[in-house]
Amino acid sequence: MELLTRAGKADPNALLAAVPYCAWLSLSARIEEGALILDMPFDPKLIGNPVLPALHGGVVGSLLETAALVQTIWETGAATVPRPVDITIDYLRSARAVASHARGFIVRQGRRVVAARAEMWQDDAAKPVASFRGHFLLG
Amino acid sequence: MGNTAFLQALGGTLESFADGHGRIRLPFQPFLVGNPDTGVIHGGVLTALLDQACGMAVGSALRAPAMIATLDLRIDYMKPAQPETDLIIESECLKIAHEVAFTRGYAFQTTREDPVAIATATFMLTHFDTPPQMERR
Repeated sequence: MELLTRAGKADPNALLAAVPYCAWLSLSARIEEGALILDMPFDPKLIGNPVLPALHGGVVGSLLETAALVQTIWETGAATVPRPVDITIDYLRSARAVASHARGFIVRQGRRVVAARAEMWQDDAAKPVASFRGHFLLG
Repeated sequence: MGNTAFLQALGGTLESFADGHGRIRLPFQPFLVGNPDTGVIHGGVLTALLDQACGMAVGSALRAPAMIATLDLRIDYMKPAQPETDLIIESECLKIAHEVAFTRGYAFQTTREDPVAIATATFMLTHFDTPPQMERR
């Protein structure tokens, strides 16, 4: 059975729970003023730089790519999980050892491909830690 | 930059890092899967491995230790990773400038000429001592 049918397109938390890597990162979703926001709690295993300390750049990338992907599924009602083609991450600030949040946006939806972006922040949504843009193939 | 808690949590091992070139191996594990219907690992896992391999390639090319922070990372996903198969990441530092370093990374399962993903990453360097690094490569 297809993941999206099983998890339910309208329930991002069911989708996140059904994806092993997202469950391992303890990702969860909430809807705030109509916007879909992903939350990732801090865990010591996420550290990339123990001196600062800071989250691993790959953790930041994982949260951002997931936010863009879940937003794409949520908005388009995609029947299969969209496949990433290319992604770019700008690291704007050091990601501290605290909880992180991300929101995805569709920049443009075509027939075959979606251009998406996402932003990640920690305590202050006005101070983004990293931004993401990428393309996903539909179908 | 040495091994990280996150790479260890993913189960990755550092195979070699010297003179601006590096190699990481990641055995397949079920918790890395991003699409349970296909068994393909999550793109974020590749992001983490490529980021780390590129950063460590920079570290291995530096003449004096410096803090290395990712500035920008682009990944092209060339084809899906085969499920239940190890991933190998190779990286190279192309150039170390005064404050910035430029790298490439390759993720593959058979040969580097048949990549799963290719990364281009740039890093900011923060030197611990004031004299500037000598240029290399």
